[in-house]
Formats: sequence, structure tokens, C-alpha cells
Amino acid sequence: MLNSTLSALGAALAAKQVSAVELTGLFLARIRALDGKLNAFITVDEEHSLAQARVADERRSHGAAGPLTGIPVAHKDIYCTRGLRTTCGSRMLAAYTSPYDAHVIERFDAAGAIQLGKTNMDEFAMGSSNETSHFGPVRNPWDTARVPGGSSGGSAAAVAARMAPAATGTDTGGSIRQPAALSGVSGLKPTYGVVSRYGMIAFASSLDQGGPLAKSAADLALLMNTMAGFDARDSTSLERPAEDYGRELNLNLAGLRIGLPKEYFGDGLEPDVRACVREATRWFEGQGAKMIEITLPNTALAVPVYYVIAPAEASSNLSRFDGVRYGHRAGEYADLAEMYRRTRAEGFGTEVKRRILIGTYVLSHGYYDAYYLQAQRARRLIAKDFAEAFARCDLIMGPTSPTTAFALGAKADDPVQMYLNDIFTIPAPLAGLPGLSIPCGFDATGLPVGLQIMGDYFAEAKMLGAAHRYQQATDWHLRAAREAPL
Amino acid sequence: MSLTPDQLRRIALLARIEVSDAEQRGVTERLNAVLGLIDQLQAVDTRGIEPMSHPLDGRLPVRQRLRADEVTEADRREAYQKGAPAAEKGLYLVPKVIE
Repeated sequence: MLNSTLSALGAALAAKQVSAVELTGLFLARIRALDGKLNAFITVDEEHSLAQARVADERRSHGAAGPLTGIPVAHKDIYCTRGLRTTCGSRMLAAYTSPYDAHVIERFDAAGAIQLGKTNMDEFAMGSSNETSHFGPVRNPWDTARVPGGSSGGSAAAVAARMAPAATGTDTGGSIRQPAALSGVSGLKPTYGVVSRYGMIAFASSLDQGGPLAKSAADLALLMNTMAGFDARDSTSLERPAEDYGRELNLNLAGLRIGLPKEYFGDGLEPDVRACVREATRWFEGQGAKMIEITLPNTALAVPVYYVIAPAEASSNLSRFDGVRYGHRAGEYADLAEMYRRTRAEGFGTEVKRRILIGTYVLSHGYYDAYYLQAQRARRLIAKDFAEAFARCDLIMGPTSPTTAFALGAKADDPVQMYLNDIFTIPAPLAGLPGLSIPCGFDATGLPVGLQIMGDYFAEAKMLGAAHRYQQATDWHLRAAREAPL
Repeated sequence: MSLTPDQLRRIALLARIEVSDAEQRGVTERLNAVLGLIDQLQAVDTRGIEPMSHPLDGRLPVRQRLRADEVTEADRREAYQKGAPAAEKGLYLVPKVIE
């Protein structure tokens, strides 16, 4: 049951082989057994989860169950939940309980899914290793001396360790795809504007996008059918007709044009990662897909562009944390200005403060044009690269991350090394494009490797179809993590 | 470029974040490393390129959606103030600003 897909769990619930209360209890017990070692959850409230499960069972007995009714889903602690505290991985919000639910939470609640708990994350989603969390690092279920990736590291580790059958995440520069790759699970960052940002604590608003993590592409499609949809409370939410994200799961691969960007296979890519990704693309080729060499010439600009734009937006978004309306307030201060300064010095961790300071600098008088406007211009160059590429191919494939999971502490004190590791996941969100990561093998030490599939705007169903076809022919995605045996 | 201690103080003031004297050196060092990274953008020729502030701009019609200017929220002041560090009689309390 722990290793089952969502549709299998749904079928078991429908056939009355298991109740939502039993299923929720099974995953809660798994969390109890493993989370002391992995630290994937910040908050678990068993009573709250079981109460929701009882309601789901009741609903099913009335014949009103949908595909996710009674399915436990863990939520990244960036989504505001009325019933459970929401910390965003920060001391600033360590005792915060939201007075409202995020749109994504409302959608899962309406579908009858069970809130299994709130997952650990890099503080305010700023990080690629989950080491910036105020609640301690998450450990990779494949090797607990290594990071699970970030910022949705708790969600990725929870799914990898089968403590949750599915989880939500958010992706600003790779925060769904990179931890999915490093933890050996599947994760999708949708097109910007597809999933509402309402109640999703803001980091960089022109980049932030919610999405699912699960074992398989078919599961991601099922989760997207619930997560996606217009919401008037998010000013950039897109008004589009509802779509079935599973409609292309049986995608015909013959003739599919797959672009392989040469910049994604250059120096700096670990040989084992290259070998696994190449083998995966050869599988697609064997199915009749057409491989097309493409170039995304401005790829190297993506990291510098991102580290101007994301901190600039963060410095503005995080100005709301001032110790007045919610969250931490410093204990000692002489006046209002000092209260702000101390509250923010104490409430934010090192990486968050660093990004706020960078953002403040690039937006400050005399530097705005040289940094911020210049970065926005270069951002358009990156978007144009993709526009030209998608005129020639249907999907783009490459590695999600240049390396497999690195050791805890290896890059923690070197921000630039940490930032550069996200070279392959940062470009898509700068252009607002969707991207997903699925497991495609292991390196010589047994750590998972992720294959990234990018598509044009609203190509999620096609991307999921290609991923599903691959997962029907491989079992990388069903392997249990070494340090969380079934 | 490298930040001077004066520049760091100015940024920290604007950001309303206290940076202690003990932290200053380490903070400056790492900020300079990041500035070194983003300084690569100075070499990029972007003449004639419009700044892109919306990620879908250029390919998809992007418009700012505005709602009607009317009351849409119920009064939930009590619930919202429950999480405030200091609130009284519906007001948020802060240190005295005007003598």
C-alpha cells in the first residue's frame, strides 16, 4: 500500500479494501517511524488528519467521492492552512497559524484529500538543500548524510521515503524539480499562472509557482487536476478552461520532436548524470522520437539574472515581516526603528537576510538601472531562446541538476556554489515555462538522477504523457529509498 | 564591485535589518561573492531589448486584471489580530513614534 500510486490507492478506497482512516493511519505510523531520522515534517497533527479522514469516509459512504477523496497529501509549509500552523521554515513564523487557507489547500480540501502534515523547507523557499530551514535540515532518504535538495526538500523526502503518497511544493528557481531529482521522485512546475499563489507565502512573485510531487507522472496529472484553476484572488492567475492533465498519458512518441540543448550537456555535468540522461533520451529515440540538437545560448545568464530578480522581489515581499501584524517580534528595543531592525535580524536566517540585502541593493538609487533593469532585459533574452527552440521541437530534455545529492554542509557556506548548482532549473521559470523531473537511473553510489522535461506554455499534459510512457517502461520511480525500506 | 562598510550600513538600514559589527565582515564577504556573480550581466549587450517584468510577456497576451472597487471581504479583524505580537482594542501596538 505504501508504494502504491494514487490511482491504485483510489481504487482500494473505492473497493472498500481500506478506509481513509486506515490509510491515513498507515502513513502517520510511517511518519512516526521514520521522521525522527529524516526531519521531513515540521508539523504533524494526527487528530486533525484523522478527523479529515473520517469525513472522507463519510463522504464516500454517501457516494460523493472523487479521485482524491481519502488520499493523504503532505503540504509544503509555505501554504497557509487554517487548521495547522504555517512556518515557511522560518523562526519569523515559528508560532504562526493562518486565519485563512491557501487556494491550493481549499482545492484539496474540496476534493476530500487528507492534510497529512506540513513539510520542512528552506526558509522562505530560499535554498537548494533544505539546510536553511529554522527547523533543521531534511535528510535524503537514499543517504542520510546527504541533502534532499530544496527548497521543497521535505515534500520530496516525504514522498521518497513513502511517508506520503503525494505532496505539494513550490518552484521559483527549481524548488520542485531539483529536490525531486535529488530524492528520486517525480515533480512538476506548471506554467506560471496555472496554480493560484493565493495563500502561498510569497518569495519572488514573478517566478513563484505551485506544483505537485509524487511517485509517478500519472499521479502528478491527477494532482494537477485538483491544484490548477483560476482564482480571482491571485492577480496573475490565468483564466483558462479546466483541462484534464492526464489526457495525453498515452502520448504517441513516434515523430515527437525532442530538443537536446547543447548547453545542458557541457562541462560541469557529472559523468554518471550525463550517462543516465543520455540513456533515457536514447529510450525515447528508440520509441521513434526525433532528437534535435538545439541551443539555448543565454543559459549561462540565467543564474545571474535570477539572483538579481528573485532577491529584488523577495526584499519587497518580505518587508511585510516587521513584527507588527504577525510573526516574531524582538524582545528588546528602544524605538520603532530598532524594533524593525532587531525583529528582522532575529526572525530571519542568514540566507534570507543575504537575499534581502542583495535585493535592497539592486533596487537602490543609482543601481536600479544597472542591475534590475539590465537583469529584466537579459531575462527576455532567455525567454527568446526558448521561443526559438520551441519553434523547432515539442519538448526539451536534459538533466535536472548537474550533480546527484551532495553532502550536508558541502555548499552551506558558499552561496555562489550553491546558486550555480541550479543552472538547469532556473531558466524555465524565468520564461514562465513548465518543467518536470522524473527519476532516470542512479549514479555509481546509488543516488538517484533526474531527467528534466521542459515544454512550451501549457504543454504540461504532453510532458506528463512523455514521462508516463517512460515510467511504463522503467521502474526507477518505484524503487524504495535505501534508508527507508518498505 | 565590492561593498564598502558604509554601503553595507546603508543597505542594512534600507532593509531594516540589524547587522552587528561582528557579522559585518562575513556578510560583506559573501555579498561581494554574489555581486561578483551578478556583475556578469554588465557585459551583456541588451541594447534595444525591453525589460521583461511578467514571465509570460512577449508570447502570451498579458493584461492586468482589475476587480470592481467594492467590498468583498467580511470583517475578520479579531481572527487576523489573533496572531499579532501586541494588539489591543482592535489596534496594533507599536513603540511610541511621536513624543
